[in-house]
Amino acid sequence: MTDTASRGPTGGPSAVPEPEAVKAIPVRNYGRWVAAVLAVGLFAVVVTAFGRSDQITWEAVPSLLTRDTILLGAGYTLLISVTAMVLGIVLGVVAAVMRLSPNPVTSSIAAFYVWFFRGTPVLVQLLLWYNLSLAFPTLTIPGIYSADMNAVMTPFVAALLGLGINEGAYMAEIVRAGILSIDPGQVDAANALGMDGRLTMRRIVLPQAMRVIIPPTGNEYINMLKTSSLASVVQFPELLKAHDNIAAGSLAVFEGLMAISIWYLVLTTVFSIGQHFLERRFARGTDRRRTLIERLLANIAPKRVGAQTR
Amino acid sequence: MMSRDMTSPDMTGAEPTVRAEQVRKSFGRLEVLKGIDLQVEQGDVMCVIGPSGSGKSTFLRCINHLEKIDAGRLWVNGHLVGYRQKGDKIYELRAKEVAAQRREIGMVFQRFNLFPHMTTLENVMEAPLKVRREPKATVRERALTLLDRVGLADKVDTYPAQLSGGQQQRVAIARALAMQPKLMLFDEPTSALDPELVGEVLDVMRQLALDGMTMVVVTHEMGFAREVGDSLVFMDDGAIVEQGSPRDVLSSPRHSRTREFLSKVL
Repeated sequence: MTDTASRGPTGGPSAVPEPEAVKAIPVRNYGRWVAAVLAVGLFAVVVTAFGRSDQITWEAVPSLLTRDTILLGAGYTLLISVTAMVLGIVLGVVAAVMRLSPNPVTSSIAAFYVWFFRGTPVLVQLLLWYNLSLAFPTLTIPGIYSADMNAVMTPFVAALLGLGINEGAYMAEIVRAGILSIDPGQVDAANALGMDGRLTMRRIVLPQAMRVIIPPTGNEYINMLKTSSLASVVQFPELLKAHDNIAAGSLAVFEGLMAISIWYLVLTTVFSIGQHFLERRFARGTDRRRTLIERLLANIAPKRVGAQTR
Repeated sequence: MMSRDMTSPDMTGAEPTVRAEQVRKSFGRLEVLKGIDLQVEQGDVMCVIGPSGSGKSTFLRCINHLEKIDAGRLWVNGHLVGYRQKGDKIYELRAKEVAAQRREIGMVFQRFNLFPHMTTLENVMEAPLKVRREPKATVRERALTLLDRVGLADKVDTYPAQLSGGQQQRVAIARALAMQPKLMLFDEPTSALDPELVGEVLDVMRQLALDGMTMVVVTHEMGFAREVGDSLVFMDDGAIVEQGSPRDVLSSPRHSRTREFLSKVL
C-alpha cells in the first residue's frame, strides 16, 4: 500500500515533475582522517628508518634478487610447494571421503590420520622423515624392493612427504566441510537416478563442494609457499636454503633476507590472482558473490548501475 | 477413464508395478509407516493425499529404497526392493544392485534437486551417459526430445538458477524420464511452486499419464487427482485410511478423518 502512495497520486509519468535531487552535506568522518594521517606517518617513520640505516646495503638487493642460486631457490620453492600441495589435496580428498564413510574402520583411520598429522609440528615431521634411516636403515618391501633409506630419503622426498602429508590433514578438514555443505537432496536425486556412491561423489557432490573448498585451499597454498621455507632444515635448496648458502660466504645477510622476501611476495601475489580465476570457474551456475579482484576492477572502471542485475 | 481401460493390461494376469504388504518404517522411536498395503497396476496413476507428517513422502521414498523399510514386503515389477529372497532368508542387496533397481524408477522431488553446476541439457544427459553409459549422440538426441516435450527446448544451455521453479521442475521430470523408467514417483512436485507456475508442471504430468506411464503422485492438487488419477489413497498418521477411485473418495468420503481433511483443503 505504501508503495503506491509514495509513487504519487497521478501515476502518469509525464505529469509528475522530476523530483528534487538529494544534495545533502555528507557526515564528516574526522576520526577517519586522523587515523589515515597517523597510519601514513607511522609507515613513513618505519620506511625512513630502514632507508637511512647505514648497516643495510640496499644497492645489493636487486643483484641478489637475480642471483642464480636465488633464482634456482625460487624455482625449488615453487616445485616443492606445488608438489606438496598436490599430494596434500589428494590425501585430503581421500581422507575426507573416508572420514564420512559409514564404515567405522575407514572413518577411524581417517580420523587418526588427521589427529596425528595435525597434532604435531610440521617442522618435527620434516625432521622425522629426513631421519627415518635412524629407525629403518633400509627400505624393504619384502620380495619386491630393497634400498638404502638414505638413498631414498633425499631432501626432496623428505620435504615432499613432510609438507604434503601434513597438508593432507588440513585439506581433509576443508574437503569434509565442503562435502557437508552440499544439500542432501542432491544425493537423493543422484541416487534416484541410479548413481552409486562413488559416481555421486565424483560427479555431483565434489564439483559442487569445490565452491566451498577452493577459497580456503587457495589460502592453504599461499601458506604452503611460505611454509616450504621449513624444508631448508632437510637441506632442500629452496629460497631460504639458497639464501643461507649465499649468506654463509658474505656479509649481506639482511639484504639476502629482503631479496627472498620479495620473491615470496611475488609468488604469493601471482597465485592470489590465479585463485580468483579458479573461483570463477567453479562458481558456474550459481549466483556468485564477487571476488576481491572483481570488486577492485569494478571500482576502477565502474559499470552503469543496473547493468549487472540480470 | 475409458481410454485408460483399453490401454491397461488385463488386471488378473499381470504383476502389479508396485505391491506393498504391511510396510512399516520408524525413525528412531517414531513410527511413520504403520503397515501400508497397496497395489499400483501397470499404466495406472495413483495419487496419495494426506496431512503433512502422515508418512506419504516416506512411503514414496521407500519405493525406490531411499529409505529402508523395517517390516513388511515391497515389490516393484515383481522384485523385492532393496533385498533378495532365497528360500525363507532375506539378503540385503549391495549398493550397486540397489542402484541398478533405481534405474527403473524415476523420481521427482518437491524441491527439484537439479544439479546446479550443470546446464539443463547436462542435467538430463548425466544419468544415461554416466550410469547407463549410452553413446553421447543417442543421449543428446533423447534429452533434446524430452526437453522439447516439457516445453523447454529454448533453455538447454541455461543453468537451473536462471530458471523459474516451474521450469526447474519440468527439467527435473525430463531428467527422470531420460533413464526411460517404468515407474515415476512424484513427491509433492508442485508444493514449492508459486501458484501461477503449478499449471505448467501439472500439464506435463497429465501428458505423461496419457502416454501410459505408471505414476505414484504424492500431492495436494485435488483437481489433478480427480482428473488424472486412477486411484486415490488417503493417508493419515502412517496408515492408509481410505482408498478408491478419486471421484468416490473426494466426493463421498466414507471415513470421518478423510472428510475432515478434505473440508480443510477443498
